[in-house]
Amino acid sequence: MSSHAEHHSGHHGAVHHGAGHHDHGHGDDGHAHGTLGSYVIGFVLSVILTVIPFWLVMDGTILDKNMTAMAIMALAAVQVVVHMIFFLHMNGRAEGGWTMLSLIFTLIVVVIMLAGSLWVMYHLNTNMMPIHDPSQLP
Amino acid sequence: MSTTLTAERPRSQAPVFHVVDEHAHPEGSSTMLGFWIYLMSDCLIFAVLFATYGVLGANYAAGPAPKDLFDLPLVALNTAMLLFSSITYGFAMLAMEKGRVSQTQLWLAVTGLFGAAFLAIELYEFAHLIHIGATPQRSAFLSSFFTLVGTHGLHVTFGLVWLVTLMVQVNKRGLIPANRRRLMCLSLFWHFLDVIWIGVFTFVYLMGMLR
Repeated sequence: MSSHAEHHSGHHGAVHHGAGHHDHGHGDDGHAHGTLGSYVIGFVLSVILTVIPFWLVMDGTILDKNMTAMAIMALAAVQVVVHMIFFLHMNGRAEGGWTMLSLIFTLIVVVIMLAGSLWVMYHLNTNMMPIHDPSQLP
Repeated sequence: MSTTLTAERPRSQAPVFHVVDEHAHPEGSSTMLGFWIYLMSDCLIFAVLFATYGVLGANYAAGPAPKDLFDLPLVALNTAMLLFSSITYGFAMLAMEKGRVSQTQLWLAVTGLFGAAFLAIELYEFAHLIHIGATPQRSAFLSSFFTLVGTHGLHVTFGLVWLVTLMVQVNKRGLIPANRRRLMCLSLFWHFLDVIWIGVFTFVYLMGMLR
């Protein structure tokens, strides 16, 4: 039993040492393990995803306002994902999944905060505020 | 076999099963995760500022609206500067992984120049706005605009300070593990600021022009 325990603890230590090594050698990149190719792909995608919304708004005649707004928001969301993958090297494996978990948690909080603030304040503005000065209307 | 051995032993010599050895935490092994969590908290700061801008962004107080103030070609140029600085930082990281000190330094310097150009353009824009009377005091829209975009600019400023510090460090000590770790933290920070800028140019500038 004792030898078993020792073996177990030794093994345990080895696993941790391995993990530590992983964090250092290979995982000096735990996050950053880009290649020239992935950086260039990310850059080209970002340029495309940046140029399209600017072009849509600066031209202003391609889509109507609501469609343009929807399109640029969608393109921004896609570009954020592109940056996350190609520049920030996000994946579910880095740091044993903890970076992804903290990202998901943050996104949930951000969505609740943004959607909640806009929703509540929009209703306050439209339903509760007496309008004294019409020029103050948005 | 081993169980019988244990049974034969006096109680006091029974093997201890709790973990006696502190498992190894090599220096800096948790830095990247810690820094990522810092970035997530920074993300919350920006989310609050975006929410503030979203709520107040249409309250012009009979003052200037985004259409009267924003110069989209200038914003596009600014966006390009930040995007270029992102890819050049990526090149610096690739050079670092190959252990090439002077190449890393070169790309870091290029990144710094693009970052400085971004800041210069932003300061020019702010100076222009203030000059024509669109100060943060003018309306809730401008207060929230300056707070959001200014906070981002402040982050870029500190990123630049950090970048120069690291260039000095790499110059003195070379690409030692500690410096590699620091460069990777700054890499996360720098790319994260570019992600925030996507939100800024989309929600503040482009959506502002659509109003």
